[in-house]
Amino acid sequence: MPLSTQSQADADQYILIASLDNARNLSNILKAISLRDHAIFNATQNGLKVTVEDSKCLQANAFIQAEIFQEYIIKEDAVGFQVNLTVLLDCLTIFGGSTVPGVCTALRMCYNGYGYPLTLFLEEGGVVTVCKINTQEPEEPIDFDFCSTNVTNKVILQSESLKEAFSELDMTSEVLQITMSPSHPYFRLSTFGNSGNAHYDYPKDSDMMELFHCTSEASTCKYKMSLLKPSTKALALSCKVSVRTDSRGFLSLQYLVRNDDGQICFVEYYCCPDEEVEEE
Amino acid sequence: MDCVATGGNVKVLAKAIHSLSRIGEELYLEPLEDGLALRSVNSSRSAFACFLLSPLFFQRYQTPSDQSFRCKMPIKSVQAVFKSLASLDRSVEKCRIQLNSEKNRLTITLHCKHGLLKTHNLSYQECEGLQAVFDKESCANVLQAQPRLMVDTVLHFPPSLEEVNLSVSSDRVWLRNHVEDDADSSRAMMTELCLSSEEFDHFAVGSQTSVTFCLKELRGLLVFAESSGLPVSLYFDEPGSPVILSVTDSVLEANFVLATLSEDSHPKNHVNTKHPDTEQPPDDFMSDDMDSFLIAMETSELPVPSHVPTSPPRPTSYRKHSFSEEEEEEEEALAEGPPNKKFCSLFFGSVLPTPSHLPNQTMQSQEVLASDSEDENQTETS
Repeated sequence: MPLSTQSQADADQYILIASLDNARNLSNILKAISLRDHAIFNATQNGLKVTVEDSKCLQANAFIQAEIFQEYIIKEDAVGFQVNLTVLLDCLTIFGGSTVPGVCTALRMCYNGYGYPLTLFLEEGGVVTVCKINTQEPEEPIDFDFCSTNVTNKVILQSESLKEAFSELDMTSEVLQITMSPSHPYFRLSTFGNSGNAHYDYPKDSDMMELFHCTSEASTCKYKMSLLKPSTKALALSCKVSVRTDSRGFLSLQYLVRNDDGQICFVEYYCCPDEEVEEE
Repeated sequence: MDCVATGGNVKVLAKAIHSLSRIGEELYLEPLEDGLALRSVNSSRSAFACFLLSPLFFQRYQTPSDQSFRCKMPIKSVQAVFKSLASLDRSVEKCRIQLNSEKNRLTITLHCKHGLLKTHNLSYQECEGLQAVFDKESCANVLQAQPRLMVDTVLHFPPSLEEVNLSVSSDRVWLRNHVEDDADSSRAMMTELCLSSEEFDHFAVGSQTSVTFCLKELRGLLVFAESSGLPVSLYFDEPGSPVILSVTDSVLEANFVLATLSEDSHPKNHVNTKHPDTEQPPDDFMSDDMDSFLIAMETSELPVPSHVPTSPPRPTSYRKHSFSEEEEEEEEALAEGPPNKKFCSLFFGSVLPTPSHLPNQTMQSQEVLASDSEDENQTETS
């Protein structure tokens, strides 16, 4: 394989090397969080965490464990950098995405450390492409301080049913309202658009509902539609989704994604509630 | 009001709404004793469509206590309720339409698989009734065909084609694209399709006629007819009178009423030769002023559903003329020039219907009919 013919000297300089036989196992999951141009990469012994933020109100994270990679070498405790996600995705899919079974792009992602570009070696059908993407100083991701102890309500749904609802959401509505209650309507998504309002109700005994855990109170929170709509991409890839709200009204959406090889990765979205501002 | 449609009928309801969206921007809803009437009209009032879903169409049909309830709403909002048309029959078990008059909302609830409930509360506007006055019984010509035939025919015309001309003789039907007066004849593409009477389930031609109407609105009905597999009936008279396309079964009746071009006595005269007094009524509608339009409209009873003729035994095949002869005849007709282009908004307005007049009322007696057609036809002589 051409990728393995790199000189040993080069390999020694890299502080992070991650290889995949199928680059789609990385590109697909990164597409699910591609809301903005810039992504913060944080690599540890456990694997890769990629973060994208939007207007300080929404954060999307993708987790790709070390086990997913065919080769994963990290020489420091934590390696962090920031790259243009759009450019990275363009490079990962540089061979155009072949649909022929068995043919896929192999990837070797290497990073020398602070100040060096992110180097991608991509190979398909004997053709090798080398991409070097400039890196920036990584920003500190916002800590949404979402901990399990503060979680008031949690549901786990099979993505199938939620996908239909999300695709039909009334986009003329500025907000998406999520209601979780121990009594009817249990779990409800609501929109308030130009033609009227719409409600999507999932009963707690539905066979699509894997877990329904609500405390004694019902919680109703509104979130900006423009912030949550991109999560549809993650939903489309996933087979299960967990929806949690905490005492502050913050929303956590966690998606269980199976990649091409059946391995599990996670994507999560955190969103601040839409506070109604009193006009003076 | 409380109506419940179940199973496959939910998809039929959705298709009816999508079909109506091809006509106009607004959906007029009127729950009647006879059934739920869903209607739409285009902005120039030259096309009208009505779906009447009988109480048997529904698992449950309850009209509102207020007998004269009529409303309209933007058709896009109703279409949004039935967005994923393809998966409707797989996912939706029941559709319930209820009226919440306190909050002025029409509630459409879809009961889906896995217990999922989709509730849409749509705002509506109460309005006057919308009804075109037409009478299928009085039409001289009636054709009935399988929807497949009509879809295949229409396929030959480009999607951008606005108007199509339908001509009938005693044993044949021609469909041609209609070309503007001022179009450059050397650059215009002429398409002509000839169908023999045998292709039709029913073929009753009173006299040779040629009518021109808008193709776009017809397509809306064809999509519905094809999916339902029901035959399409065409009722028409002379130019100026509307063409009525009808699809019927035991639980529903759909009527699409399309205005036809009226004939001018001097085809080559491009100037509007309409008499001044007949010009007035169309202007009311051209200005699209809803208030004057509503004042002019009166509610009326729905016309009695006409009896759909049963298909007669097919005539034996024969040809009267050779193809080359027909070609010459076509050219002659075309040389006379197409009729003066002005669709009349024929149906609505100043007529005050009384029950005794309605069933027999023909287009001729309407004041608003601006056609000054004489009886001469433009079709080729046979």
